[in-house]
Amino acid sequence: MDVHEYQAKELLSSFGVPVPKGAVAFSPDQAVYAATELGGWNWAVKAQIHAGARGKAGGIKLCKTYHEVRDAAANMLGKRLVTIQTGPEGKPVQRVYIEVAEPFDRELYLGYVLDRKAERIRVIASQRGGMEIEEIAKTEPEAILQVVVEPAVGLQAFQARELAFQLGLSIKQAQSAVSTIMNAYRAFRDCDATMLEINPLVVAKDDRVLALDAKMSFDDNALFRRHNVADMHDPSQQDPREAQAAEHNLNYIGLEGEIGCIVNGAGLAMATMDMIKHAGGTPANFLDVGGGASPERIATALKLVLSDSKVKAVLVNIFAGINRCDWVAKGVVQACTTVDVKVPLVVRLAGTNVEEGRKILAESGLKLITAETLAEAAEKAVEACQGRLAA
Amino acid sequence: MSILIDETTPVLVQGMTGDKGTFHTKEMVAYGTNVVGGVTPGKGGGSHLGLPLFNTMKEAVKPTGATTSITFVAPAFCADAIMEAADAGVRLICSITDGIPAQDMMRVKRYLMRYPKDRRPMMVGPNCAGIISPGKAMLGIMPGHIYLQGNVGVISRSGTLGYEAASQMKAHGIGITTSVGIGGDPINGSSFLDHLALFEEDTETDAVLMIGEIGGPQEAEASAWIKDNMSKPVIGFVAGLTAPKGRRMGHAGAIISAAGDSAAEKAEIMRSCGLTVAPNPSEFGSTVAGVLASRQERRAIA
Repeated sequence: MDVHEYQAKELLSSFGVPVPKGAVAFSPDQAVYAATELGGWNWAVKAQIHAGARGKAGGIKLCKTYHEVRDAAANMLGKRLVTIQTGPEGKPVQRVYIEVAEPFDRELYLGYVLDRKAERIRVIASQRGGMEIEEIAKTEPEAILQVVVEPAVGLQAFQARELAFQLGLSIKQAQSAVSTIMNAYRAFRDCDATMLEINPLVVAKDDRVLALDAKMSFDDNALFRRHNVADMHDPSQQDPREAQAAEHNLNYIGLEGEIGCIVNGAGLAMATMDMIKHAGGTPANFLDVGGGASPERIATALKLVLSDSKVKAVLVNIFAGINRCDWVAKGVVQACTTVDVKVPLVVRLAGTNVEEGRKILAESGLKLITAETLAEAAEKAVEACQGRLAA
Repeated sequence: MSILIDETTPVLVQGMTGDKGTFHTKEMVAYGTNVVGGVTPGKGGGSHLGLPLFNTMKEAVKPTGATTSITFVAPAFCADAIMEAADAGVRLICSITDGIPAQDMMRVKRYLMRYPKDRRPMMVGPNCAGIISPGKAMLGIMPGHIYLQGNVGVISRSGTLGYEAASQMKAHGIGITTSVGIGGDPINGSSFLDHLALFEEDTETDAVLMIGEIGGPQEAEASAWIKDNMSKPVIGFVAGLTAPKGRRMGHAGAIISAAGDSAAEKAEIMRSCGLTVAPNPSEFGSTVAGVLASRQERRAIA
């Protein structure tokens, strides 16, 4: 789960990471009020979306008057911001963050990530903060500093100190940086984060080291024990169909194609999409109904897939282990009686209780196209989608 | 032979008294697995499905002589259960549980590293379908009837795609020594590489099918190991050619991820390391059949 910049900063601040003073606003009036409360005459108005690269896309405005703050907030709120990380549809801006603009000397990079390969938390730092960090990682790998954290003891102060001095900081700056690096690690560990990025980490004129931007992602599997994090969820930043699917514990990702897919297991779901492509069609979505799919879940999944107007055929591919084909078949029948299915439906069942499942489908009187193998199912779905096959 | 489990392997079920534990224990026993008891804290001394129950793993291992455990424990408590099994001296821990926090798994892996290599338990999963040595024993949640006993080893990240492969192989009359589901989580107990090494040593296994997915470094690491160490032919596949690129926040992931994360890149790495790559997921059976046939031809000539 991702959170907004202002939420990440509130969290980091509570762990002792210094951040500039700021306040969130949902309207231009609130934005002006926040600016007056914060004081001073230099503010950054920042669009809050779950994506980076906002600066170049016009999502961050530096303002010197209340009037400019109002205009900047009015221009951002209620619109969709498109950056190179959002995709062409962009993300809706419903909140802006008003922040005191701090003068600074240097922009550094500080990141934490749960590294699958090392199976540990990895800390990444660089003197070269800012947008081009990925490019620098490719062309000048020696400019990227990395430290791996031993899980039994956690990040040690000497590791943070080594990073601070390698970042070329003075002793006074390094002291501030060490506590920032340690405290951000604690936030990462104690909140079950999977990614934390402070880019840039800036060195202020008075030698303080501050988080000028912050991005955090959290482990969905750990939200049950991180209520403060779970409460930060903002469904507006998700694709509406994905948000709806998540409510029913279905794993759905919308795509551009024409054949809707309902599959159990992520690997088989991807393989089914690959087979559709191989047969000459295009998948409309990834959808994993998971193990223990009840008739209700299958019915919900079918409704969800059919809500996509691009879908011209649906392929249900269930290889039952924990699932049972008879339940899946009942789900399909139940869904077809409650939902008006206007497109051809191809069903392939295999595994546990397959005979009972096929029998239920055959006796239902529904107009279904059935298939026995994965290849046959994909081919029939493509033919049905192109209008060459009907039930 | 088979790897990891056979009909003699004594198994304890952690979380046996829950709904899932009960259902799958029945299935495993029916398949022929030597289940010797269950562990549910607070229910020790009782029995379930005619099997003795214990409060702790240590209590259970002693009288039963169990060497293996399988967990049907809720995600919040599963890391604890895995470490308990390791501490009780179990040699193989298979975790079916889906939804264990990644940092918990990080600590579990660190905990297992405490043991010297010769005493370190093998862990399979989490979030996996388990292990089956067809005709001998089943330690997991798979539909046992789709597997034929034979001479090919299977390792798959995805459970259901592993079923797909097994049923295609059965349709071609090809059987399996052991099929291992290593699970789809970011941090696994064991990787392709661990099981490839076991299959290489197993006298009954003639070839291995490894089924990967997009994301993570495991397939590339395993391919490099195969190139240098494996004498038996390996058939590979990577699901997710059409999968959308994951949306991302920030740059940190991109900085540490080496090239070779996509399905196409991984399949290319497999080919360059000498694996035979199945062209699409409906040709697991035919590709394995082709590799076995050409191996027999070579043997006949030799």
